[in-house]
Amino acid sequence: MNDDEIIKEFLVESTDNLARLDQEMVELEQRPKDPELLAGIFRTIHTIKGTCGFLGFTTLEGVTHSTESILSQLREGKRDLTPDLVTLVLEAVDVVKKTLVAIEASGAEGGETYDELRARLKAAADSTGGGEASGRAAVSAANGNAVVPKGPSVADSTIRVDVGLLDKLMNLVGELVLTRNQILQFNAHQEDITLNASSQRLNLITTELQEGVMKTRMQPIGVVWNKLPRVVRDMAAAFGKQIHLQMDGAGTELDKTIIEAIKDPLTHIVRNCCDHGIEKPDVRVHKGKPAQGRITLRAFHEGGQVNIEISDDGAGIDPQALKSSAVQKGQIRLEQAERMTDREAFGLVFLPGVSTAAEVTNVSGRGVGMDVVKTNVEKIGGVVDLVSRVGEGTTVKLKIPLTLAIIPGLVVTVNQRRSSPRSTDGGGERYVIPQVSLLELIRLEGESGRRQIERIHDTPFYRRRGNLLPLAYLTEVLRLNSSRESNVVNIVVLQAEDSQFGLVVDGISDTQEIVVKPLGKQLKGLSCYAGATIMGDGQVALILDVLGIAQLSGIVRESREQTRAEVRTAERISGNWQTYLLFRAGSFERLAVPLSLVARLEEIPQSKIEHAGGKRVVQYRGQILQLASLAPILEPGAPDTAGTQDPAQVVVFHNGERSIGILVDQILDIVEETADIRQSTERKGLLGSAVIGKKVTDLVDLHEVIAAADEGWFDNGESTEGHGATILVAEASAFARGLVRNSLEMAGYHVVESGDAQAALRELERRKIDVVLAGMDLPSDGGYDLLEKMRRIPSLSGIPAMALIDKADQANGKAPHAHEFSDYQMKFDREALLHSLAKLAGGVEAEPVLAGERVRP
Amino acid sequence: MNAPQKLPSAPEEAARASRQYATFFVDELFFGIDVLHVQEVLRYQEMTMVPLAPEVIEGLINLRGQIVTAVDMRRRLKLQPRAEGQTPMNVVVRSEEGAAVSLLVDEIGDVLEAGSETFERPPENVDAAARELLRGVYKLKDRLLLILDTEKTIDFASGTSASRTM
Repeated sequence: MNDDEIIKEFLVESTDNLARLDQEMVELEQRPKDPELLAGIFRTIHTIKGTCGFLGFTTLEGVTHSTESILSQLREGKRDLTPDLVTLVLEAVDVVKKTLVAIEASGAEGGETYDELRARLKAAADSTGGGEASGRAAVSAANGNAVVPKGPSVADSTIRVDVGLLDKLMNLVGELVLTRNQILQFNAHQEDITLNASSQRLNLITTELQEGVMKTRMQPIGVVWNKLPRVVRDMAAAFGKQIHLQMDGAGTELDKTIIEAIKDPLTHIVRNCCDHGIEKPDVRVHKGKPAQGRITLRAFHEGGQVNIEISDDGAGIDPQALKSSAVQKGQIRLEQAERMTDREAFGLVFLPGVSTAAEVTNVSGRGVGMDVVKTNVEKIGGVVDLVSRVGEGTTVKLKIPLTLAIIPGLVVTVNQRRSSPRSTDGGGERYVIPQVSLLELIRLEGESGRRQIERIHDTPFYRRRGNLLPLAYLTEVLRLNSSRESNVVNIVVLQAEDSQFGLVVDGISDTQEIVVKPLGKQLKGLSCYAGATIMGDGQVALILDVLGIAQLSGIVRESREQTRAEVRTAERISGNWQTYLLFRAGSFERLAVPLSLVARLEEIPQSKIEHAGGKRVVQYRGQILQLASLAPILEPGAPDTAGTQDPAQVVVFHNGERSIGILVDQILDIVEETADIRQSTERKGLLGSAVIGKKVTDLVDLHEVIAAADEGWFDNGESTEGHGATILVAEASAFARGLVRNSLEMAGYHVVESGDAQAALRELERRKIDVVLAGMDLPSDGGYDLLEKMRRIPSLSGIPAMALIDKADQANGKAPHAHEFSDYQMKFDREALLHSLAKLAGGVEAEPVLAGERVRP
Repeated sequence: MNAPQKLPSAPEEAARASRQYATFFVDELFFGIDVLHVQEVLRYQEMTMVPLAPEVIEGLINLRGQIVTAVDMRRRLKLQPRAEGQTPMNVVVRSEEGAAVSLLVDEIGDVLEAGSETFERPPENVDAAARELLRGVYKLKDRLLLILDTEKTIDFASGTSASRTM
């Protein structure tokens, strides 16, 4: 896969160059002394030779090597160009072309080795004198059986385009989108059918054009990765190490600007792996690892972002060493270090000056680098994360937005008197807040609402679920003359670095996909703006830089080094609003389950707990409730602290028929949050990790936990609830899939999962599926594509399909129309989802319900 | 480039570089700017103000999808503010880096061709705010044409900017 990408690039590039080479050789005959011409020819052959050697095409390498020698002699003036020599070189070029064709068709050079030509080339290269190389007919004759390419070649079907032109096209499309929006707005008030129809078409075409143009800017990440094998090989040689570099997902596509931006950080991380990560072969053997170390690069799309993971199986990082290095450098205090979890300690890697390398090499170890990596990645709206285990290796994870150009944003307004006399409207000014920083919206109404804002000295606060949330008034931060006292207070809760604050605005309009445009250099000094955008009505609106606003209002101190990105915004899926129950169990400090799955929370005195059939049970609401401790399920062999606690903390789950009580150590909190998922665990019983309430939290996989605690639960669930229906959940995000699966299985459905449309179709053909739930951003072409493919297969066309959407889809206007899908529901709106599913599951009319939520229509 | 016979002095070079100027009025003063730097001239556009920006910045305009900063030339040259109800015109210029900036002026004049023989350096006693932006003066028959240095006019990162006070 990966090699294929490289070879494809190589083919395109070489074919271009060779085409020019023919012409240049002919020109060279006319002007044999032209140094520029010679240098160009030499460069082309040299490049091909280099790449061939790298890719292991020995015949090509042999041919080009001798040709290069001849050219080099010409260039140095050691010999004169004779027609024979030109013919010889052209013959060599022909052979190179033929071999390229063979490579394109079969991936290999083919059997022909061109020994005779190589001998002649070598002879010519060795004899710096005149008369060489006569007989030259043999080559073409020997090539009768060369592989004939099928269809147009790669080089024929691609052209090279100037990036500047693509940028211009992108801008033009942006303008077209705006014009389209204006026409649609105008059209909404018109009755003319022809106008309606053509503006509809304009709408569709514009959208398609926009997508197409965006695609042209996408490049496979392999373009950057290509350089890494060389880096690794050189470093391995320099340090006497053996390193194997594996690359998965080189075809994953990213916007060109982003590819450029991650090139250096990636190289840096890989160098770090080679230098500090992988041990010397003897050390590795001593530790019982294979002598050859392994670095794995992995790239994949998930939830509208690209994840890149760089892992090594080397020495790992000792969090203690990191802490002491950071304390030594004065980055943190000793007490701070002691309180730090390992995970937090790994974050120290990204502070400037922190290094655990015992010795400074010429490559790394100076403690400069990872902070730069972090800055660069954050500049493009990405996130870096590092996990490591001593002795086992280190993994660095990058999450990068697909594109910087378009982001979701919340449009807010402030009422203000314009200081300018040319004010044409008395209305408010609009500002856009990047959705990525947005946590929640709070609306306080009337006098009582205003009283909820309290002050310490002059600083306003709002009590948000028991915590003080500092407030900043946008009008004050921007020093506008705010005009009227409003009866309503709108608080936009934002995340700025590690702190949260509420930005008070006069009005909240809606969320929109906005096209980010940079500000002129005259305004670059203003830290409160991240850029500007053009709204549907053609007016310009400023995009607020949340960190800058927080700094201006004194909520966040000026950061260490103005890490503010020019456009610190990122496209992220932000539809994962969920209410979570947070609790602690065993060594897991923070675990979460969606609150919607929880029936109730109980405290049960130990004296009430009885034993039956080897299991702990309790009499509960006239039934027998089985109890199970969570910690031993997650970590077999862990002490059961929850089981001995008095009173026991119990989270009760219920599927209508059966109940189960899960014992935990402590209930922590209930928070509403858009979880930023870092799917990272293979651990049994966990779905993955997310940042909930600003801390990393593990999400419990209820399905596995309950199955482990009560083997009968799901077997019976299927028969008693009577659905027995099999649901295919096709959704890109493993996290969302996990949550939906949990909801469905709790309700007694049988669930099959797939992460992309291909896998979904395979499942559909393999087994009987009753209903399909499809995510809108399903790889590779979205949920619609899957639906369309299903409809084309007669045996599948009758299966009802429901679209799973999230808030981002809604905001994008991607929400499907009812006539395409049988229905659509928000991914995380469990009740509505189950309700609608019960209808679609058809034949089995029983309606899935959970205790405490019995809703019968 | 064609090699000059002798090294020209600054004003001579300025005069040679281009002799066509787009002209406009700001508070009765007659200005010219190298016509090659001018992208277009527009009527007054709806503007989005930029709080906390240097005071010479009037706002942002949407120029066919491109966001352009508008600089009020009256404030840039430290002249009297425009009268109530008087709407300025936009002279959109392009910097060497290709960024567009709109200069808000009172009124647009013609494109003039000026001979280098009437060119002179800006007199020393011209107000410093204006003088640092001027390349020179053409002594036309009926009035003086003040030539603005495009780059200096749209660059006020240093000195003249009303820096934010946080």
